[in-house]
Amino acid sequence: MPVKLTIDGQEVEVEAGSTILQTADYMGIEIPRFCYHERLAIAGNCRMCLVEVEKSPKPVASCAMPVAEGMVVKTDTPMVKKAREGVLEFLLINHPLDCPICDQGGECDLQDETVAYGRGKSRFEENKRAVEDKDFGPNVKGTMTRCIHCTRCIRFITDVAGVPELGATGRGEHMEVGTYVEKALSSELSGNIVDLCPVGALTSRPYAFTARSWELKKTESVDVLDALGSAIRVDTRSNQVMRILPAINDDINEEWLGDKSRNSYDGLLRQRLDRPYVRNKKGKLEAASWGDALKAVAAKLTKAGGSKIAAIAGDLADAEAMVALKDLFTALGSANIDCRQDGAKIGGPRGSYIFNSGIAGIEEADALLLIGTNPRVEAPVLNARIRKRYLKGGFKVGAVGPAANLTYKHENFGDEAKILEAIASGKHDFAKVLKDAKRPMLIIGQGAVARADGDVILGLARKIAEATGMVTDGWNGFNMLHQAAARVGGLDLGFVPGKGGHDVAGILDGAEKGEIEVVYLLGADEIDMNRLGKAFVIYQGHHGDAGAHRADVVLPGAAYTEKGGTYVNTEGRVQVTRLAVFPPGEAKEDWKILRALAEVAGHAPGYDTIEQVRARLAQVNPVFGRLDELSPAAWEAFGAEGKVSGDAFAATIANYYMTDPISRASTTMAECTAAFVNTAAERTGTHG
Amino acid sequence: MTLHPEDQPWQPKSFAFTEANLAQAHKIIKRYPEGRQQSAVMPILDIVQRQEGWVSLAAMNLVGEMLDMAPMRVYEVATFYTMFHLKPVGKVHVQVCTNVPCQLRGSDDVVHACKKELGIGIGETTADGKFSLAEVECLGACVNAPVIWIGDDFYEDLDAGSTVKMIEAFKRGETPKAGSQTGRQTSAPAGGPTTLKDAGPTTLKGDA
Ligand code: SF4
Ligand code: FES
Ligand code: FES
Repeated sequence: MPVKLTIDGQEVEVEAGSTILQTADYMGIEIPRFCYHERLAIAGNCRMCLVEVEKSPKPVASCAMPVAEGMVVKTDTPMVKKAREGVLEFLLINHPLDCPICDQGGECDLQDETVAYGRGKSRFEENKRAVEDKDFGPNVKGTMTRCIHCTRCIRFITDVAGVPELGATGRGEHMEVGTYVEKALSSELSGNIVDLCPVGALTSRPYAFTARSWELKKTESVDVLDALGSAIRVDTRSNQVMRILPAINDDINEEWLGDKSRNSYDGLLRQRLDRPYVRNKKGKLEAASWGDALKAVAAKLTKAGGSKIAAIAGDLADAEAMVALKDLFTALGSANIDCRQDGAKIGGPRGSYIFNSGIAGIEEADALLLIGTNPRVEAPVLNARIRKRYLKGGFKVGAVGPAANLTYKHENFGDEAKILEAIASGKHDFAKVLKDAKRPMLIIGQGAVARADGDVILGLARKIAEATGMVTDGWNGFNMLHQAAARVGGLDLGFVPGKGGHDVAGILDGAEKGEIEVVYLLGADEIDMNRLGKAFVIYQGHHGDAGAHRADVVLPGAAYTEKGGTYVNTEGRVQVTRLAVFPPGEAKEDWKILRALAEVAGHAPGYDTIEQVRARLAQVNPVFGRLDELSPAAWEAFGAEGKVSGDAFAATIANYYMTDPISRASTTMAECTAAFVNTAAERTGTHG
Repeated sequence: MTLHPEDQPWQPKSFAFTEANLAQAHKIIKRYPEGRQQSAVMPILDIVQRQEGWVSLAAMNLVGEMLDMAPMRVYEVATFYTMFHLKPVGKVHVQVCTNVPCQLRGSDDVVHACKKELGIGIGETTADGKFSLAEVECLGACVNAPVIWIGDDFYEDLDAGSTVKMIEAFKRGETPKAGSQTGRQTSAPAGGPTTLKDAGPTTLKGDA
């Protein structure tokens, strides 16, 4: 039911239940605020949003006041001005005037609002109160003297992150926001409270004192450290990434970001490959020119050729590089290419390997089955979306997989794959829950398919989806959750073994036996390098990780912040990263390296510019032509029949904070590992 | 620098209810509908305090577990109310009101008498652990100011002399009579009734 009211003389009609502040926002009338945040519960405790409402004797907190028919609101009267000045004066009584040494300076709500609405002078002459700093761990720095008790951080950690470790203790002047018992915030989403804090009480620990906000160049891009493709903003100064913040994308990450994606950026400076290397006769990697390196690689590839060469694409590879590598290998007559380092048995019809409902679709589901996945560490932002849905009520969650603390109530049925058979045949109780649900959904993780019987399990998941009505008109609740940003793109462009070709397991077997002589690793670091035998290994990538150590030739590529690379997220959404800084030293964008290599090898492809490569991508698979959109996939048969093994589903990520060459090179992530992962292992006694 | 609760040497490693108190706690929990057990947090913390004299970190954690409540939520409640003692206090915890009405009626003398008689300052505990002294805000009994609150009782209309007497009684192990120490009936006028002096029941107009 719409309600009519007037704000500052303008009439407006909004849905009943909206607040005055929401209505004003919608009309473009500015009302200052501290505690209100559109993605958090309403607290109404800062009083900065006071407005005048006709017939109300006192100013009203507009963030907590629902609109009513015929209401007359004024935001520009002397009463409102006085109220704002009063609130600010009170807030500043105990707020230190340390803006020059505060990291929030320049992007501080309190600073801005004081300039805009303050009295300009304080009448308070007594001492300010002081609050002890809190140690919140490697991600968040707590300078709690600056806290204005808006409780945004508490509401986020409690409601959104679902790890209720923050609270307000004491009362009145003695109120303190913190953990009471000193401890690091263990949520994988903890960094978001830095963005939410309207003052400098919570600031980023890794970013501390490294830059001022006005010095930074801001580049909107896409995160690749998990498979969600969260929107990010890369803040840079000269040619260095100074910090990474979430940007808004309601379909994917709303405005949250996981701590790994946020704070691994120092890894972009360490262990970088900044020039080509070729292993010399003494077995040492020696710096080489691009020309020599490419010649060496081309010679090896063309000499061996055909089934004796193989290529593996890693988890951070962009689609442009993968298509260029695939084209080169096709030209060289090899079908030994694979992008599934973990050996996942996927790659059938598109609908079998994407998150069909879309991430936002989680909010429409009313029952969920998790299969072999722990979304909290595989994709913390997606996990927060599940929790958001859970908090609305009427949402049953069941899980088949290793037990995990997921931040919402769920029933774990065990970690044996055969439970899926019972659900598929309707014998299991949860089959009925799914069947009775209007929009049932399942999320199958890589832990379920990256095993010998992965295709059988995939088939079982399809049976469950079909038997419980997950795939209907306008709803597809069959969802695969990926961990690698490159994976869906790789599958979309067919970076899988061609006719007679070997997959990763076959490539490793072949290399061990000496049947495969040359292996090209495109940022592939997660395979067992010991199994490459005597093969000549080329590593193209940005970090000196496992692959580069084994390599005979190293070709330095660009990290995701240094190139415009196409990535397809777990939903099948095609997105492009943007160049925020240039690759270090002689490193180059990856597709260009492959383009140059192809030419040296005598197989120059038909593309010279990034536009032409993208046109080639769209030619290989039309989905690449539809940027930022979800393309619904047809529902076809997939998966295999057969018996599942008795093996339990295993956790695929032992340490959320270190999953790829970038986060492994990051000292912040090393600190997180020490603070959260290793201590947790000690607690449960599984350590040492 | 203040010590964090987990580092305070006086915090016990664990806490357990006595059998009777546990039964009482469960009785209280049952008063609230399913899923609303957290509402029992205050009465249960009160049981803890009656059992131990104060509320330890271990006890708060246990209460959180019992009520399916994050420990942080229990800390918030316990720290909000000054009536919950978060560190050990004496067996007889003397809480003197020093708010304005009590002060106007001589609470300074009362505080002074307490300090002298007990040999401790505000916030301290006697060496034998028997007495502790605290200053509190208005106890809502200003009409009988100055007031001291001990256990479940208020001692009212105090002055230095009656305060010392009261404390001496506690020292002897007695529990002196609560209420006005000048002998007046509750908060009736100090010098006896000033109105309705006629003996016998009074019938008010309109009473049948
Ligand atoms: S720390 Fe920041 S977000 Fe948290 S209550 Fe204080 S001012 Fe608000
Ligand atoms: S924004 Fe309304 S009270 Fe804080
Ligand atoms: S001021 Fe002491 S009881 Fe009110």
